[in-house]
Amino acid sequence: MGSKYDVLVIGGGNAALCAAIAARRGGASVLVLEGAPKFYRGGNTRHTRNMRCAHDAATEILTGPYTEDEFWEDLLRVTGGQTDEVLARHMIRESKDILNWIVEQGVRWQPSLGGTLSLGRTNSFFLGGGRAMLNALYLTAERLGVDVEYDAEVTDLVIEDGMFLAARLKRPIKGESEIRATSLVAAAGGFEANIEWLKQYWGEAADNFLIRGTPYNRGSILKMLLAKGVQEVGDPTQCHAVAIDARAPKFDGGIITRHDSVVFGIVVNKHSQRFYDEGEDIWPKRYAIWGRVVAAQPDQIAYIIFDSTVVTSFMPTLFPPIAGQTIAELAGKLELDPAALEKTITEFNAAVRPGTFDHTILDDCVTEGITPPKTHWARKIETPPYLAYPVRPGITFTYLGTRVNKDARMLMADGKPSANMFAAGEIMAGNVLGKGYAAGMGMTIGSVFGRIAGREAAKHARN
Amino acid sequence: MHGTRILDEADRLMTVCNSCRYCEGLCAVFPAMEMRRAFSDGDLNYLANLCHSCGACYVDCQFSPPHEFNVNVPKTLAVARAESYAAYAWPQALSGTFARNGLVISIVAALSMAAFILGFAVLNDRGVLFGVHTGPGAFYKLMPHNAMAALFSAAFLYAILALVMSVRAFWRDIGTPIGGRVDGGSIFQAIRDAGELRYLHGGGVGCYNEDDKPTDRRKLFHHLTFYGFLLCFAATSVATLYHYLLGREAPYPWWDLPVVLGTLGGIGLIAGPIGLLVAKSRRAPELVDEQRYGMDVGFIAMLFLTGLTGMLLLVLRETAMMGPLLALHLGAVFALFITMPYGKFVHGIYRFAALVRYAQERRTEA
Repeated sequence: MGSKYDVLVIGGGNAALCAAIAARRGGASVLVLEGAPKFYRGGNTRHTRNMRCAHDAATEILTGPYTEDEFWEDLLRVTGGQTDEVLARHMIRESKDILNWIVEQGVRWQPSLGGTLSLGRTNSFFLGGGRAMLNALYLTAERLGVDVEYDAEVTDLVIEDGMFLAARLKRPIKGESEIRATSLVAAAGGFEANIEWLKQYWGEAADNFLIRGTPYNRGSILKMLLAKGVQEVGDPTQCHAVAIDARAPKFDGGIITRHDSVVFGIVVNKHSQRFYDEGEDIWPKRYAIWGRVVAAQPDQIAYIIFDSTVVTSFMPTLFPPIAGQTIAELAGKLELDPAALEKTITEFNAAVRPGTFDHTILDDCVTEGITPPKTHWARKIETPPYLAYPVRPGITFTYLGTRVNKDARMLMADGKPSANMFAAGEIMAGNVLGKGYAAGMGMTIGSVFGRIAGREAAKHARN
Repeated sequence: MHGTRILDEADRLMTVCNSCRYCEGLCAVFPAMEMRRAFSDGDLNYLANLCHSCGACYVDCQFSPPHEFNVNVPKTLAVARAESYAAYAWPQALSGTFARNGLVISIVAALSMAAFILGFAVLNDRGVLFGVHTGPGAFYKLMPHNAMAALFSAAFLYAILALVMSVRAFWRDIGTPIGGRVDGGSIFQAIRDAGELRYLHGGGVGCYNEDDKPTDRRKLFHHLTFYGFLLCFAATSVATLYHYLLGREAPYPWWDLPVVLGTLGGIGLIAGPIGLLVAKSRRAPELVDEQRYGMDVGFIAMLFLTGLTGMLLLVLRETAMMGPLLALHLGAVFALFITMPYGKFVHGIYRFAALVRYAQERRTEA
């Protein structure tokens, strides 16, 4: 392989493709190396559906303005201040133009999907979902002359003094080779599918985690970069994790295994004990904490328990609820101690105070005298059949990453910017997301920093 | 559990899709699905007939094969749709015609054309069959107008009756939406949606082919075919009016309305089906219901044959070929008419009914 590219992009999701397109439009020759087979291309982007971008006025598909300041405040709130303000504000500012830029790359928007009205003002949805978005980006990249290889496993990076020289590659048919490039864009995601790596921080509990994306998000590029002197950012235990159905496949169950029924019932652990206020806040805002909450329970399993009166209050689910005519029968099917579950529900029911139920606001249906309390939407569980969903932590993506500056340029351990290495997407999400999550942020990070990384990588290659 | 294996599979997929909903902006199927939490046989047949088979939801789906969830909505609904044609066929004794439809259509077509040729040969002497006839009434030297009109009216009326009975069974099976009555607005909306093939567009980019790019031109070719068919139908209707109201007998000069309509329609009926056949051969194989290939091709071929024989008749009507070509053309049209309720033609009727129901549901919801 004698050829040399201006820009080598490692990864194949939203960030990688935005980088590749931006670099190609900037006049560079570009090669994209996607480690997954073609069907599974795009990492977690496959499973996404929207992007959070700031905008000063309503658009065709967004119901109202979402200012830079409001975006910033939301980010501040979900991260509890654990964010890089300069970088985050820069991202938010750039996100405004992404709304148009991404459409120029062939991606189409649609109004928020059924059941997601709460995101109608802030988040733009991809028509057809994340895979449709990816298809459009790949089509555009290929039309522009970007080369793309699938099943391309990068086995090593040749980096000298913070300068990328080449990537070693193992391909199923062509075998091993080396690819040289003037600039590198690393957009290869996090390590959520690498159970061994997760175990370093989570211990054996990680065996019980379900991975919402493909098995290809193994973080090998991240590991190489950190091992070769790139500065680390983010808490390795932090990730976007939600509670998903325990019956979901180990990998790639995507969005359809999620549950949004928590607020309509109670959640108990394997000892039939409640452990967290199910009515803490309006559902989407607290959606992302339940993965971690369940991860902290014994055997990383929990059960959402509700009764037949609320079945139509939330979206239909992929897996049907497990049902019992009595609490004891339900407990039997869940392999819980019937007496313990009956006791928990009896105590809960007794603690429910009368109120006016309204799941769209923080209503006044509360419990009194139990710990933890349920501070909103508390109603008695008393109308059979009794129903349950078993849930486990579903890891979406990890936050440990490479530190970057505003140009998406990686910083080396000594604080100096790398000469020619850039990062975008999940691999650097930890710069912005110290912890917590708000819907659509991952895609914002991917598109904004992908575009910047591609532009800067091309600029470097031309000089 | 449903009546058939394919409806079980359709139910499984709609449960997957209803918990995802990423595709709701692509077409009418998914919004209609979202109005339900459980699916009866009728619901699934309704959704199957609402699907235009553009394929967008397949290429956009993160769970399509090789994913273990194995979601292939276009193909599953295509099979369910085809099975629904047989399920609602009237009389039920003829539902078997859908099983080996290509064979049935070709046999009926061959027999019809043979019957006309034979009939012409038996009833006319050689001189008339291969004679050159010009001027008003030339066609009727071979077959008296009243006989022609009676035969085709009977075939046409039978087709209408069978179609009405079939779609009635479908309409009953898909149930009435809450508070829903068929109103003019819903019908008008359905006419517009069907007329422009609103949902045969892959959510805006166009339909997908085996080459991974939205380059499918089926919409264009379907328009040529459909509007070609309508123009030919209009030509025949105008000619019938000419005959009975104005006493003017066919053939008409090339500039006269029936011939102008028929020529334009004939061009559509030749170009459209050829395009549809080519598009069909390029279709991504995983989206195709191979078992119904014969049904699809049989119907497309019948339309093509009708257009081709009609155009040849127009060009050669003042030669000795007029007699045999008239027999072929009439045979093709006759076969097309009597097989209408038992072939791919019904897709338009059921889909239109489904679009009316969808428009109704949308209005009821709003």
